[in-house]
Amino acid sequence: MYAFEIERPATIEEAVRALSAEEAQPLAGGQTLIPTLKQRLAMPSVLVSLTGISGLRGIRTDEGGQLCIGASTTHAEVAAGAGVFPGLATMAGRIGDPAVRNRGTMGGSLANNDPSACYPAAALGAGATIVTDRREIAADDFFQGMFDTALDEGEIITEVRFPVPAASAYAKFEQPASRFALVGAFVARFPGGVRVAITGASEGGVFRWAEAEEALSRDFTASALEGVSVPSGDMIGDLHGTPEYRAHLVAIMTRRAVTAAA
Amino acid sequence: MPKDNAPVHGGIGASPKRREDVRFLSGTGNYTDDINLRGQAYVHFLRSDIAHGKINGLDLSEAEQMPGVLRIFTGEDFKTAGSIPCGWQITDRFGQPMQEPRHPILCETHVRHVGDPIAAIVAETLHQARDAAEAIGLDIEELPAVIDMRAALEDGATKVHDDLASNLCFDWGFVEENRQAVDDAISSAAHVTTVELVNNRMVPNAMEPRVAIGDYNRGTGDSTLYTTSQNPHVIRLLMGAFVLNIPEHKLRVVAPDVGGGFGSKIFHYAEEAFCTFAAKALNRPVKWTCTRSEAFLSDAQGRDHVTKIELALDKDNNFTAVRTDTLANMGAYLSTFAPSIPTWLHGTLMAGNYKTPLVYLNVRAVFTNTIPVDAYRGAGRPEATYQLERVIDKAARELGVDPIALRRQNFVTEFPYQTPVAVEYDAGDFHRLADKLEAKADLEGFAARRQQSEARGKLRGLGVNCFIEACGIAPSNLVGQLGARAGLYESATVRVNATGGITVMTGSHSHGQGHETAFPQVVADMIGIDANMIEIVHGDTANTPMGMGTYGSRSIAVGGSAMVRATEKIIAKAKKIAAHIMEASDEDIELKDGKFTVAGTDKSLAWGDVTLAAYVPHNYPLDEVEPGLEETAFYDPNNFTYPAGAYACEVEVDPETGKVTIQKFTTADDFGTVVNPMIVDGQVHGGLAQGIGQALMENCIYDADGQLLSASYMDYCMPRADDMPFFVVDHSNGTPCTHNPLGVKGCGEAGTIGSPATVVNAVVDALQSAGHKVDHVDMPLTPLRVWSAMQQG
Repeated sequence: MYAFEIERPATIEEAVRALSAEEAQPLAGGQTLIPTLKQRLAMPSVLVSLTGISGLRGIRTDEGGQLCIGASTTHAEVAAGAGVFPGLATMAGRIGDPAVRNRGTMGGSLANNDPSACYPAAALGAGATIVTDRREIAADDFFQGMFDTALDEGEIITEVRFPVPAASAYAKFEQPASRFALVGAFVARFPGGVRVAITGASEGGVFRWAEAEEALSRDFTASALEGVSVPSGDMIGDLHGTPEYRAHLVAIMTRRAVTAAA
Repeated sequence: MPKDNAPVHGGIGASPKRREDVRFLSGTGNYTDDINLRGQAYVHFLRSDIAHGKINGLDLSEAEQMPGVLRIFTGEDFKTAGSIPCGWQITDRFGQPMQEPRHPILCETHVRHVGDPIAAIVAETLHQARDAAEAIGLDIEELPAVIDMRAALEDGATKVHDDLASNLCFDWGFVEENRQAVDDAISSAAHVTTVELVNNRMVPNAMEPRVAIGDYNRGTGDSTLYTTSQNPHVIRLLMGAFVLNIPEHKLRVVAPDVGGGFGSKIFHYAEEAFCTFAAKALNRPVKWTCTRSEAFLSDAQGRDHVTKIELALDKDNNFTAVRTDTLANMGAYLSTFAPSIPTWLHGTLMAGNYKTPLVYLNVRAVFTNTIPVDAYRGAGRPEATYQLERVIDKAARELGVDPIALRRQNFVTEFPYQTPVAVEYDAGDFHRLADKLEAKADLEGFAARRQQSEARGKLRGLGVNCFIEACGIAPSNLVGQLGARAGLYESATVRVNATGGITVMTGSHSHGQGHETAFPQVVADMIGIDANMIEIVHGDTANTPMGMGTYGSRSIAVGGSAMVRATEKIIAKAKKIAAHIMEASDEDIELKDGKFTVAGTDKSLAWGDVTLAAYVPHNYPLDEVEPGLEETAFYDPNNFTYPAGAYACEVEVDPETGKVTIQKFTTADDFGTVVNPMIVDGQVHGGLAQGIGQALMENCIYDADGQLLSASYMDYCMPRADDMPFFVVDHSNGTPCTHNPLGVKGCGEAGTIGSPATVVNAVVDALQSAGHKVDHVDMPLTPLRVWSAMQQG
């Protein structure tokens, strides 16, 4: 680790101000950033800790019935407190290990947009709204590729609002070593149709699988997906999975998610 | 000393809980990194980030001016130091010695693997040292890297060491005289089964990374090295005599609590020599603590064989010959025992449990621009077992015979048995192991379990495996003939204190094995006192007799035997003292339950009465024996020990994803006499987890440029508890070893040796059950590999 200053703002306004400093970087749960710093792969001058800001933590349901989760809410808290949205609560309870779940936060995960992370699939699959210190961004617009989001420099996620689906589930096939998603499929059935989001698989990061959505909107059963497949061209190839294997798993995990949700 | 009767005093056969675990689990252990010396400085090694390059120059000028920097060392500073030595010389098929490159403490002219240390920065703090490392100007010309072993042996291949003739370390044949006879037997066989396989490279991953602290006493001129070692005396000898030219009486090596080794802490490493050297040069203690990332790049790795094995059978399915052709990766330098692993520790096991009359191995050891490879739990014996048990399993499938029946038909049944590969098995009963396995694993119930799995959409497979190991390493005169540059005896000093408590100083080293609990059980059993009256001291050359340390499942078989011999001397002397006090003759004295009695009388003396007399010799046979009660013994075994086992594994394969889960794993082991069954259970469990890790998960992968792709736990898959089934482990009623006083054989490596083939055999069985024409999948059987195999057939 290189030396850095740490700021612990108490309010969002203070945090935004602190982040305007040269080479400043926000620190949420630190589950990606701290290992990166330890490897000397990042050299921020100031770390702005977001975990001391009151009001960024907690789970509530708003008047429109959306499940609203503060950005600094940990995965463990989501697992325990998001019972009205079992697909999300179950996903949160299976991220990483207990240490990760008790430090890692939803806002941190979404802002990082790791192509193998779980939460992006839930946010995109449920059609969530990402609320920041300055605006609201639809999940469909938020994820812009591996480790890339619509967030501006210094913009802080404050809350994530999830429409609660009638049925949902997440099926994850774990990369054996890291146990991140080699492929994860999140399916959510709403009265207006079905959304399917795939994480772990694509070079472009989390994506919606339109063909599956169409088929499942007609018939929300695993058999509706017979013959539906994704091309392997955009899939990630690495030690743990070829593009062809990942494309195959996309179909398998989506079917399993549907079975689990139905 | 096999015992059928119930254990007394926590003696042999009892399972007292591990006393050392109290400190390990309560944070009161004393690991090397817990040691901090006054005035200590820190070293950071600047390591090569390329696999092969020529060092044109290093610019230290800026780095030397950085805050806190005490001195920056490079290869230039070690011109007069010796090469990091190799402890075993192999003679090749043609009678020539192996090629042995120089292995400098810090790189001199070239970097030869990613992680090779180029410079060592000693500073007041670790962060200052790391900062300075980044300011060093490197002028290194990158050279083509040699990674693939076959490519390394091609004419014109880039040489890892340009002063050697080629990348071939040696071309070894065993038994060379059998070469033609084996060829003839194979060409005339009724059936020949062939398997080509890779024994995947492992990263050892001891829980505690390596640490070294050098210390120099200017007043006495003594050097001390604190290090994470499995054998501090060996390090003292290798480093003192061959690298730094420090006589052993001026050098102390301390290996305190050590958090696992699995072989990787046997070897003498450059960092140890560096810290010892730098402490004297700077007149300050110098500490190095390896990070996990650095361990991936600097701990000697394991396995990495590419093998073709052929098994010949006659028309009645009797094994007639085995022939193998193996490439064994040495990495960029020869680590301490590297050449012995693919040769003697591997070749002598190639008869397995079978009476195959003819065996021939050809092993070519190859230098590559990768991290050195050396012993890793099992060391050569897992490689032997894996290929043999894979080819037998494939033969059974080709011939349509039951895999257990085929093995049974070829079992060695009479002991002692002289194998065609030099070693003589002294004892064993392979049919009894197979019988136990069949019962314990409920093999009859497998068909029903397979149906249940299939009903859940899963493919179920059953794999079996029989194996034998050569442990209790080793007879010194024999290994000397085979090229070892060391003896392999073990030592113990038994010091009986005045009030009857006993301190045993042993050359064996415990780094997870539980010696501090098990060793006292043996002495307690011999004297008949409570095991808690006995304490084990190990790990410090200043207070233990010269010993060779712990590896090769040798501690209880060799170190324990030394302790028995020393205790026998203690008992003989104590009886003389007791006889004098009770005015009887020596021969009439009996020692039982810690009490000396005179046969045929009611006279008796307590253990403590005699021990006190030894140190307060008022009424004492001073004309016959010296005061005091302390004895030392060195024990040199006259054969290896031969633990054997039969394992069964049931797996489920998810046909949609290729994911393998282990449903059931059953072991039947013959360890001879078992001192502490609970500890032995634990050793088997740990070994199984490691073997299953190799079979299903772990893989050390380099890319074509020599970059380690699996360089962290994000990509190198360690087995976790939830990957394991509940093991059914049996090691009851073993056949005692015939040549050591305890009848023990050693249990530390069995699980690692016996499990990989068991797992792979089971997965192949599962795939074939669904009609896949798959007869082999290379380890690790990751979901990707199993799925890919299913796509292809």
